[in-house]
Amino acid sequence: MGWFKRIKEGITTKSTEKKEIPEGMWYKCPKCSHVLTSQEHALEMWVCPSCDHHERVGSEEYFQILFDDGKYREIAANLTSGDPLEFADTKKYTSRVKASMAKTDLKDALRTASGMMEGEKVVVSCMDFSFIGGSMGSVVGEKIARGIEHAVKNNCPFICISKSGGARMMEAGFSLMQMAKTSARLTQLSEAGLPYISILTDPTTGGVTASFAMLGDLNIAEPKALIGFAGPRVVKETIGKDLPEGFQRSEFVLEHGFLDMIVPRAELKSKVAMALKMMKQG
Amino acid sequence: MANYLDFEEPIKELKEQLDKTLELAESEKIKGDVSKRVKELEKLIKTTTKEIYSGLTPWQRVQVSRHPDRPYTLSYIEEVTGGNFIELHGDRTVKDDKAMVGGMGMIGDQSVMFVGQQKGVNTKMRQFRNFGMANPEGYRKALRLMKLAEKFNMPVVTFIDTPGAFPGLEAEERGQGEAIARNLFEMIKLKVPIICVVIGEGASGGALGIGLGDKVLMLENTWYSVISPESCSSILWRSWDHKQEAASALKLTSEDMLKNKLIDGIIKEPLGGAHANSEEMFNTVREEILKHIEKLSALAPEKRVDQRIKKFGSMGVVNS
Ligand SMILES: [Zn+2]
Repeated sequence: MGWFKRIKEGITTKSTEKKEIPEGMWYKCPKCSHVLTSQEHALEMWVCPSCDHHERVGSEEYFQILFDDGKYREIAANLTSGDPLEFADTKKYTSRVKASMAKTDLKDALRTASGMMEGEKVVVSCMDFSFIGGSMGSVVGEKIARGIEHAVKNNCPFICISKSGGARMMEAGFSLMQMAKTSARLTQLSEAGLPYISILTDPTTGGVTASFAMLGDLNIAEPKALIGFAGPRVVKETIGKDLPEGFQRSEFVLEHGFLDMIVPRAELKSKVAMALKMMKQG
Repeated sequence: MANYLDFEEPIKELKEQLDKTLELAESEKIKGDVSKRVKELEKLIKTTTKEIYSGLTPWQRVQVSRHPDRPYTLSYIEEVTGGNFIELHGDRTVKDDKAMVGGMGMIGDQSVMFVGQQKGVNTKMRQFRNFGMANPEGYRKALRLMKLAEKFNMPVVTFIDTPGAFPGLEAEERGQGEAIARNLFEMIKLKVPIICVVIGEGASGGALGIGLGDKVLMLENTWYSVISPESCSSILWRSWDHKQEAASALKLTSEDMLKNKLIDGIIKEPLGGAHANSEEMFNTVREEILKHIEKLSALAPEKRVDQRIKKFGSMGVVNS
């Protein structure tokens, strides 16, 4: 399977190295307790073959899934978070960022890359939930902006994979304005008549849902992903009752009219490529 | 009967003394004698108010922004238009959201489309207005009115005053996230001038959903941020007790927001806050609106939209 191939030298970043899966590691599905080797799990695109549970994965995995031969070129890879507010709660924001960088080997909660998908050029931005809960700060906004810019310049579609707990509180007003920023930049894509595919994965909540994630020409979700504006705990507190089964899951959001379709991870690439082909020939 | 915040206690005491003095003077008919005392007290009230209000902490600002006597959106609209206002209702899809109001009005001979969150003035009305927390239909109503304004070439003025978009079950079913996102996408390219004024609380996406203006202004004693200090405290400090620290950390005051270039200007409030002299506040807001409409109207629509996209499209601080 192409998406699992090692990356060709020189074309991508070193963060792919750690994705080498050591032999003998096991994965136990948290939903059905099915056990398989981590390698098998990766071959299944991190989806449980027994119960279809879509494990949360990061930008590297999605790039491997979407780009032909897993080859891509990262855009604005070195942007890191500033600390304009000199924010501190129980910890300094700068230390939180540093700790998260060390833990994840990522620079922030989103990466943008360009490459080929079924032979067509695309730009993909993908969020990493492992980096401070996939929260949206200035780096996330700026990397999306750069991705859109690159797509416009290269006259190609833009795809954004969301996976976020929402705003990055430690960037306060700056974080809030990333909703405005990304929405503003998306108008440039739409002006250029280029497709924007939004892929919502588990979980997509808060300011991300209330900006670029809901603005796709197509909104596509993975199965059973949590998608909402307010988090389920907050909604539960508001109504003072238990939430109905399946509330804010992809299937619920589709039913209420905010998604075009739910696509299992294994079909993600082919479905998106097919849709883009139709849009191109329209 | 006026309401006082805890740090306004000294002002309250002085005002009570003044009332008592006046009452006494009236009943005993010895006006000559008390006039000096009255003047003294009035002066003292002024200096005390000035003193208190010039040293407000960010948390105290938040308290002022929520002062129960502060004027709300419909009062501003009513007063700046002198009653020349037609309220419009409904999102044409689900219902009329009482937490989001709007309509056409005239300021002098200038037509304006107004939109804003509305809080209630008493317990019953607060519930009726859902505490200024709009549902998706509120944001869709706001967008409908803004589109109407575009059609008839009317500038849009929004008044922001919300503790957030409503986090309810139906709100989620009807796409709160999509409604706010759509407003951002449409507002950024609306062809008519947009002026946004934060008159109280500017909380999160619920505020931003009507907040993409050519000019975004904050009244002096308001706050605007991604989260309320209370929620920030509960999430980052895991307790409700750190709201003061959270308010400071969030840099949510008008001065901080301006300093960080996340807003375009501050509108001074009367001494003691907007509620202390609402008439003066309304006049100042009217003048500001007219001033900005005039300036913005001088630009071609494409230029205005371009500038708006550039402004919001470049917000953020990163290291490269
Ligand atoms: Zn399973």
